[in-house]
Amino acid sequence: MNFPKELRYTKTHEWVRRDGKQLTVGITDYAQKEISDVVFVELPKMNQEGKAQKPLAVVESVKAAFDIYSPATGKVHKVNERIESDPGLVNQDCYGDGWFFVIEMAADSDWDALMTSETYEKHLKTGV
Amino acid sequence: MPLHSEFLVLNAKMGAFGQWEVPLYFTSILDEHEAVRTRSGLFDISHMGEFKVRGRGALAFLQKLLPRDLSRMENGQALYMPMLDENGGVIDDVIVYRSGPQEYFLIVNAGNVDKDSAWVSSHVTEDVHFENLSEHYGLLAFQGPEAALIIERLFGSQYAALRYYRFAPFRDGFISRTGYTGEDGFEICVAKSDVPKLWQDIRAAGQTAPIGFGARDTLRLEAGMLLCGHDMNEDTTPLEAGISWALDLSKPDFIGLAALRKQQSEGVKRKMAGFILKERGIPREGYGIQKNGRIIGKVTSGAPSPTLKENIGLGYIEAAEAVLGSEIEIIIRGRSFKAIITTLPFYKRKKHSS
Repeated sequence: MNFPKELRYTKTHEWVRRDGKQLTVGITDYAQKEISDVVFVELPKMNQEGKAQKPLAVVESVKAAFDIYSPATGKVHKVNERIESDPGLVNQDCYGDGWFFVIEMAADSDWDALMTSETYEKHLKTGV
Repeated sequence: MPLHSEFLVLNAKMGAFGQWEVPLYFTSILDEHEAVRTRSGLFDISHMGEFKVRGRGALAFLQKLLPRDLSRMENGQALYMPMLDENGGVIDDVIVYRSGPQEYFLIVNAGNVDKDSAWVSSHVTEDVHFENLSEHYGLLAFQGPEAALIIERLFGSQYAALRYYRFAPFRDGFISRTGYTGEDGFEICVAKSDVPKLWQDIRAAGQTAPIGFGARDTLRLEAGMLLCGHDMNEDTTPLEAGISWALDLSKPDFIGLAALRKQQSEGVKRKMAGFILKERGIPREGYGIQKNGRIIGKVTSGAPSPTLKENIGLGYIEAAEAVLGSEIEIIIRGRSFKAIITTLPFYKRKKHSS
């Protein structure tokens, strides 16, 4: 499985890419394999207020529905409407075209609290 | 489980199913689902339970234990039916196979083997011998439009010629024309030690995809087949579950008959219904069903249907509201989504004359 070094990660299996205050969020390679065929996503609305570690989107596989948690507190800046019409992108390209939303973080401390790829991989192996 | 190491080699995504670790999918649930609908697929369902009932009193015993009339069964015939408690509640659903005038096999659900075994044993009479052979037997399901051709090539035309719900002896067990997918196909019961070789032989003979439990669930749901423990249990009767076709209420006696006759004369209060979502949302087990703001039922199974490209579900609905074509609402994450009650099955295969 692939966990790009430049990204940060959450215990709930989101990946986060930082560009200034803007955080792009998706689900990790581990998560997309775990839930398998993604068939439906529910995205947040533009300008919706997200809270760190609270659900902000939903992803549904054939089997079940899962919450996507916001990695930071802030406003939704952008959503990826392409995955609404083509949810399979989440499986095919989870770190690229399969992204979910961009949130504008209010405080840098939210970014600092996220896991590096190394810590995330360790978390997957040991569960801590 | 006989094929566990094989699944790891195939890089299957494993998951828990009761006490067993089973493959959820090998490549993708959607691909595997399609393989069974259009070609063929192979399932390892060896964790299911096998019981043998034999002896002079076997028929009389089963006639009392089970709600369907077994007296007219022929050798080599199988029948699906629920196994009921005194209240008419569904303990399990089983397939009964008559292998001889005094010998029957039962195949029961994996998670219910201990419960069923205790229930059957507690009713056994002295002229009946009951054995739980679940440790000995394994079971493969080989399903899909190409399955019959491959069975014929591998094992002979006598198996490919079997009619629906008929079976013939095979090695230590049998091959039956049965399944849980809504597609043509077979179930093959052999000693667990024979399962790995049989799996390899069938896989090699056709371009047969291994199928996980994810697709097993979407296939059976499209076919309108109930999943015991989810779509029915001890708190539901077969009249409510819509499987009265698997009962013979004219039989003089069986466990649960009095309760069912009473319920039949009073009318059921709720009924199993199938529905299709008309708005974008996927129903899941446990979601509420409402109409005009009033809760009228609960979803017991739901998924996106890969074949129909619709979101489908099953659930119990107040009998007065369970009307074909009527509009209901499914509560998904606090919002209501329109759905239409529809006939079952959702999917019916086209029958080819052969």
